[in-house]
Amino acid sequence: MNNKGYIYGGVLCGIILMLMAANLLLGAVDIPASAVADILCGRGTEKETWSFIVWESRFPQCITALLCGAALSASGLMLQTVFNNPLADSSILGISSGASLGVALVMLAGGGTIATGAFTLSGFVSVILGAFLGAACILGIILFLSTVIKNSVMLLIAGIMIGYVSSSLISLLNFFATAEGVHSYTIWGLGNFGGVSLEQLPAFSAMVVAGLIVAVLLIKPLNALLLGTRYAENLGVNIRRVRNLLLIATGLLTAVTTSFCGPVSFIGLAVPHIARLMLGTSNHNSLLPVTLLTGSAVALLCNLVCILPGEAGIIPLNAVTPILGAPVIIYVIVNQRKIQYFN
Amino acid sequence: MEQQAIVIEGKDLSIGYRKGKVTKYVHRHLNFVLRRGELTCLLGANGTGKSTLLRTLAAAQSALGGELNLLGRKIGAYTERERSRTIGVVLTDKTQAGGLTVYELVALGRQPHTGFFGRLRQTDKDIIRHALQAVGITDKASQYTAELSDGERQKVMIAKALVQECPLILLDEPTAFLDVVSRIEIMTLLHRLAEEEQKAILLSTHDIEQALVLADRLWLLTPENGMECGVTEDLILNNRMDTLFARQNSRIRFDLTHGVFSPTVGGKKSIRLNAANEVLEHWTQNALNRRNYFCLPDETAYASLPLLTVVSPQRIKLTVEGQTIVFRSFDQLLQTL
Repeated sequence: MNNKGYIYGGVLCGIILMLMAANLLLGAVDIPASAVADILCGRGTEKETWSFIVWESRFPQCITALLCGAALSASGLMLQTVFNNPLADSSILGISSGASLGVALVMLAGGGTIATGAFTLSGFVSVILGAFLGAACILGIILFLSTVIKNSVMLLIAGIMIGYVSSSLISLLNFFATAEGVHSYTIWGLGNFGGVSLEQLPAFSAMVVAGLIVAVLLIKPLNALLLGTRYAENLGVNIRRVRNLLLIATGLLTAVTTSFCGPVSFIGLAVPHIARLMLGTSNHNSLLPVTLLTGSAVALLCNLVCILPGEAGIIPLNAVTPILGAPVIIYVIVNQRKIQYFN
Repeated sequence: MEQQAIVIEGKDLSIGYRKGKVTKYVHRHLNFVLRRGELTCLLGANGTGKSTLLRTLAAAQSALGGELNLLGRKIGAYTERERSRTIGVVLTDKTQAGGLTVYELVALGRQPHTGFFGRLRQTDKDIIRHALQAVGITDKASQYTAELSDGERQKVMIAKALVQECPLILLDEPTAFLDVVSRIEIMTLLHRLAEEEQKAILLSTHDIEQALVLADRLWLLTPENGMECGVTEDLILNNRMDTLFARQNSRIRFDLTHGVFSPTVGGKKSIRLNAANEVLEHWTQNALNRRNYFCLPDETAYASLPLLTVVSPQRIKLTVEGQTIVFRSFDQLLQTL
């Protein structure tokens, strides 16, 4: 990691702390800052409801946003490098719809409706497993297609098609589901960092952190892959093993975030670009850590925007992320000749 | 003597592809050696299996038969990491490394030697500096690779192969897409590196002109004769160059005097040529051949033919049946002929 990486890392950590504070302090109910501090430090407070709100809603939501942002951005970055494609990410390549399909199948097979937040522990494990299998399946198909389809735009289109297929399968499942299930599925589809309860938080965090650790371990081969697979192979990279690890890491990160927070769009696509533009490098030594931090910051910011209306309600997450993400992508496309990292 | 150390040796090697149960041989019974300190050029028409051979040598695909020994050991016995320290490649593949600086890209070549996170030690940094210097791009070290010209980028990739510290470097058409100046620069560089760094360098190329000048050895790959290896001059003077494109187009001949391939002369009409010097003779022939004239020496046996006397580019005399016309340029001459 170079100096620029450390500077941006430090600044981002500061921003993240501020955003976390804002996320904890702001919400539908006005709670004085001193009371929030008291509650978080384990001291008593005047109102039990405040304690409940902070511990059961704001704190898990804040941590979820922090981890989700890092997870989505990390998988976006890995996919962009491996597919040698600036527009790759888990939602565009259909991986998150694969995860959604997995979730939907498990919910229906379990006889229940498609809903999150309310499942039991065994249900919770099977939902994650379903999401992971769905995501890994689609990722496997895409990896296979990438050996057949050499044109990267065509591969993206293939990914979008696969996404459509899984979406329509989900719609078919919805057709057989109860009205209540369809409703909660729709709500889930809007995206929400509030889907993880305090009890689920440790498991959620452990899985995301595991995925992120694999991503960090892949820094060296990811750098070699910038030169293309044949060069990477010559540098001693075991392509098959790296691809498998990548399949597991992105599959896990996408599955966990998708099953809890819904298919969150654009963070995975845009954040790696923001990080590259800031750092001016595609060297993963600094790019990956800065991407993780930027992802966390962006997700916390999005969450903050979502809860801004206060008492009026919560803005759906997927209404906010494209507003932040799409302009970045358009900027990258327009300035593709000037921006050097994919030349 | 280290000079003679054989880096890679093929014995009765068969190369090609295996797809399911179907085996497609591209070449059989290839025999060759590559030695340290020598630049070898692999020549052959398109589709003769140059790339297949290079891939087989780089262990990117396995041989279909025979033996392939790298530093006296079977190539299959090498681990990936050992191999990456023994064979360095430069390909024509498009990379997405535009956002890396030249230094960072060259540093990637140290990956076979660095630890889990690829952290560079001081020795690694020294080796990178040395390689940047050797290929002459030290002043561009902190520039983005996207900002480089094609020739410079090729030098960066060569530097990457150098820092891998491999005794063998394989290059797949390193001078394709380059202009003449860069082509000559790259070839001269490779020739110098082979000698100074004691590397065995093998490259495939279509740039026969440069190959003949700078290659220590040539490998001629043809569907009919398999591979012929030898020192450039031995191959040329034994008329082996003509075999190279014999199948594609038998009318293309290798010009022994000038070391280039050219179409055979149609020679519908004949003319006696008497030029003041060799240069004038060569270019006059060049012009006349284009107009289907076959040039014969000014000897009495051909006395009936018209005679062209070239004194200087501005003084060209054509004598037909005793009448002499003087031309002031080749333009005038060709308009009359």
